[in-house]
Amino acid sequence: MIKIDQNLCKGCDICTEFCRKNVYEPSKTLNRKGVYLPVPVNIEECKKCNLCAILCPDLAITVEEDHE
Amino acid sequence: MSNKPKVSGFMNYLRKERIPTIFCAGCGNGTVINTFFNAMEMAELSLDNISMVSGIGCSSRIPGYIKCDSLHTTHGRPIAFATGVKLGNPDMDVVVFTGDGDAAAIGGNHLIHAARRNLDLTVICVNNSIYGMTGGQISPTSPKGSFASTTPYGALEAPFDLAKLVSGAGATYVSRWTTVHPLPLSNAIKKGLQNKGFSFIEVISQCPTYFGRKNRMRSAVEMMKYMKTHSVVKKKAKKMSEEELEGKIILGDFVNRNWPEFSEMLCEQVNEKSEKGLIDAIKSAYKTDL
Repeated sequence: MIKIDQNLCKGCDICTEFCRKNVYEPSKTLNRKGVYLPVPVNIEECKKCNLCAILCPDLAITVEEDHE
Repeated sequence: MSNKPKVSGFMNYLRKERIPTIFCAGCGNGTVINTFFNAMEMAELSLDNISMVSGIGCSSRIPGYIKCDSLHTTHGRPIAFATGVKLGNPDMDVVVFTGDGDAAAIGGNHLIHAARRNLDLTVICVNNSIYGMTGGQISPTSPKGSFASTTPYGALEAPFDLAKLVSGAGATYVSRWTTVHPLPLSNAIKKGLQNKGFSFIEVISQCPTYFGRKNRMRSAVEMMKYMKTHSVVKKKAKKMSEEELEGKIILGDFVNRNWPEFSEMLCEQVNEKSEKGLIDAIKSAYKTDL
């Protein structure tokens, strides 16, 4: 489960570029603040390594373990 | 994986009313905040016993976002203020967040003298090779030939190697990593927090707004990719020739030694020479005030 805080993200694209499994893709539409938010498209590929969350300069990404 | 960062809890360490941060999109300072929290959790310290001191600059705004005792001081003097904080209450873990202009240019003297004394501070120097807050002037750590608003034809000066400078001055833990290596960086900060003595962690960071724009790397991602391809770990660098190492960033632990620490020696001396046991008196003052 990946949560992206719309108010914190500034659209720097670090997560899209540095994810080793290419989970993210930039969205095609601007959000309310004028930012192309990253969208976790290939979420089934995510290995919960938390690299995106620790690299995110705006602390906008939260990666949670799935409780199944 | 044992050193997997647990980032979801980091929001609790921040002053929520102050975020989003004022940093530009893609600035490395946010990554340094994340790695610091990760390191703090690994070192099993709590924010109740940490006080943060910072000077002036983009990176020096970091303590303002963190829920702990913080001191925002004058330009270049955070280490001088931190010396006072540490000697006033030697039980406190004092962390200094500083930038390259703050630590190396205007506060260079404070930096080398704190290293010489081997005072128990953890100095995290966010080195983005430029003065970001004031409009992109050249800083003492800008690489030779780099462009900035004060060097439109390229810088002629050779940069400071901060890690070598501080190890030469007598620090007991010196390490250098970049924001592209967040996990080794967290480990380095953890070692710095645990080390009894002057610990200096240099973080090579990206400034897409000024350094990147002037040096043909317009986005944070481009700058980070440049740092990734142009960095060499110390072990590998030993086998390389000087020509191969030109323009490369050498990463790793430079110094890790065990030398006597200043505040401990001072407390011992005061306890020895004064009949009243002055250190106990100082500590009791904190207890009654709080």
